[in-house]
Amino acid sequence: MSTVAGAAGAARDKSEAVDALVSTPPEPKRTPSGINERARKAKARLSNPWASAIALIIALLWTIPTFGLLVTSVRPELDIRRSGWWTVFGDAFAGEGVFSMRNYEAALFGSSTNLISFFLNSFVITLPAVVIPITLALLAAYGFAWIDFKGRDILFVAVFALQIVPIQITLIPLLSLFVAADVNGSFWTIWLSHSAFALPLAIFLLHNFMKDIPASLVEAARVDGAGHVKIFFQVMMPLLTPAIAAFGIFQFLWVWNDLLVALVMGGPDTFPLTVRVAEMAGSRGGDWHVLSAGAFISMVIPLIVFLGLQRYFVRGLLAGSVKG
Amino acid sequence: MDWFIYAGDDPGHKLMIMLIAMALFVLVMGLILFIVDRPANAPKWLVTAGFVGPALLMLTVGLLYPGLDTIRKSLFNRNGTEFLGLDNYVRAFTEPQFLLVLGTTALWVLVAPAAATFLGLVYAVVVDKSRFEKFAKALVFLPMAISMVGASIIWKFVYEYKPNTGAVEQTGLLNQVLVWLGGEPIQFLLQRPLNNFLLMVVLIWIQTGFAMTLLSASIRAIPDDIVEAARLDGLSGLGMFWRITIPSIRPALVVVLTTIAMTTLKSFDIVRTMTAGRYGTSIVANEFYEQSFRQNNAGFGAALAVLLFVIVIPIIIYNVRQMRLAEEVR
Repeated sequence: MSTVAGAAGAARDKSEAVDALVSTPPEPKRTPSGINERARKAKARLSNPWASAIALIIALLWTIPTFGLLVTSVRPELDIRRSGWWTVFGDAFAGEGVFSMRNYEAALFGSSTNLISFFLNSFVITLPAVVIPITLALLAAYGFAWIDFKGRDILFVAVFALQIVPIQITLIPLLSLFVAADVNGSFWTIWLSHSAFALPLAIFLLHNFMKDIPASLVEAARVDGAGHVKIFFQVMMPLLTPAIAAFGIFQFLWVWNDLLVALVMGGPDTFPLTVRVAEMAGSRGGDWHVLSAGAFISMVIPLIVFLGLQRYFVRGLLAGSVKG
Repeated sequence: MDWFIYAGDDPGHKLMIMLIAMALFVLVMGLILFIVDRPANAPKWLVTAGFVGPALLMLTVGLLYPGLDTIRKSLFNRNGTEFLGLDNYVRAFTEPQFLLVLGTTALWVLVAPAAATFLGLVYAVVVDKSRFEKFAKALVFLPMAISMVGASIIWKFVYEYKPNTGAVEQTGLLNQVLVWLGGEPIQFLLQRPLNNFLLMVVLIWIQTGFAMTLLSASIRAIPDDIVEAARLDGLSGLGMFWRITIPSIRPALVVVLTTIAMTTLKSFDIVRTMTAGRYGTSIVANEFYEQSFRQNNAGFGAALAVLLFVIVIPIIIYNVRQMRLAEEVR
């Protein structure tokens, strides 16, 4: 026991080494002259007016649309109908009261939109749909990486290959299954569907991370008499936190932002924000005061999570695509 | 029993069901691991089954069986009572309405990934090592966190149209720019084929951040001695970009292009939210939903889903080939 813990502790010291493995591609060694060279190049590039202009144009194109809708979401309904959001700055400068949170109030609690209850649905859908596949994938990834069983490689390739199956191809039969089991339209169907769809990528990614853990650590624990379950919890888990965070963000964004699965599997009582907001865009396309507020209500949580854990997200992105 | 399945619209009940589901899951998994761990030397098949079994079961029921069943269903009529052979596929490739959908899909797959990759590459190069690099990258990266539904609404507002009569002011930015330039406002989402490209803009807007991140990382990984040698040979600026940067990051370019192409093929949210497939904007992923769940033609919908799968395969083969080549070079 103590040795296992010790091994894990030693592993934590090595976690930087694992970190380096995790964050592909490795930074190349740079000679001092290389650094100077790059600095010179960077200066040259900055003073290049074309490069700056291109960077500025792209940056503006990527921000203005969001900014416009954000401004709109805090304008009174009548103003939104009457004039463009860009006029707001002149009015604000003239000292007129142009901002209010009324739209958010209407979108969240108004009887016709009632987004607060869809917000709850999004939450209820997301939590299990993130935790369940990660847990299953962690166990399976450990099995594929560290248990030597017959047919392992073929099975792993099969799981890997399932990644290319488009979700669309599974929806109709899955829905029939749920109807036959008399659970259609409930949260259970959405949880189960998301969990199954997430597994191939999750197993593949986590398997790659687990393979990177030094075999000597596992050996040491085994010599100490630890079984697979103990190794899994006491050696692997502490080292895999970054990997779990990376995939966790993927899955969170995927589930929270998903439209198709929830639309097909869910019902009026289980639809998440995305379904309701997309529906509003169709049925109340002109009501920009609730639509703009609704869009931002659906975006606020993923944006917070994303900004907070961006580091892990980038790592996962690089590991997944470069290795994959 | 119903109490555990349906919560109605009672918030407390919903949360209860969620907690019960989580507790149930933890309990089952705990039990499995307990059984596997209990005997002093458990047989290996039991341990293996304990770790790999739950995931494999889930994959079989949730992916493998439905996938195969869809292929079978695609050979039948709308409710699966009559065997049609390949009629559904023939229909997809002959009726003008669906030929248009296939053409539009091809347009998406050809244009959107190339545009997103190009913009991501250009942006990665121009902001690389600049003073605002982090901030500049975050701006382009942020749309990745937004749902395609949210992004569609953001852009739909940009394309908003008001008829140009008397004192009416435009509220959509793009039409306002047109008016400022002395033009007439346009109903952008109704103009074919322009509307298809305007819908693609949304996907490009989302995916450019992904391309930028990956390409920026692989540009940094180019060894300095190569750059140095090229400089001694007199290369700089665009010459350096074409002769050194592009060939060095070729494998990453292929990965980015194919990944975005696969996302493009499957993305249905944008078309659904912006136009619901009207005005000649439908793509296969949207038509699949329309046929399966609106027209209740499960057989034809299944054929479209299989088609999606078939179109993905060449992209993946190309991707794997390129990876192999890259590894051989190394």
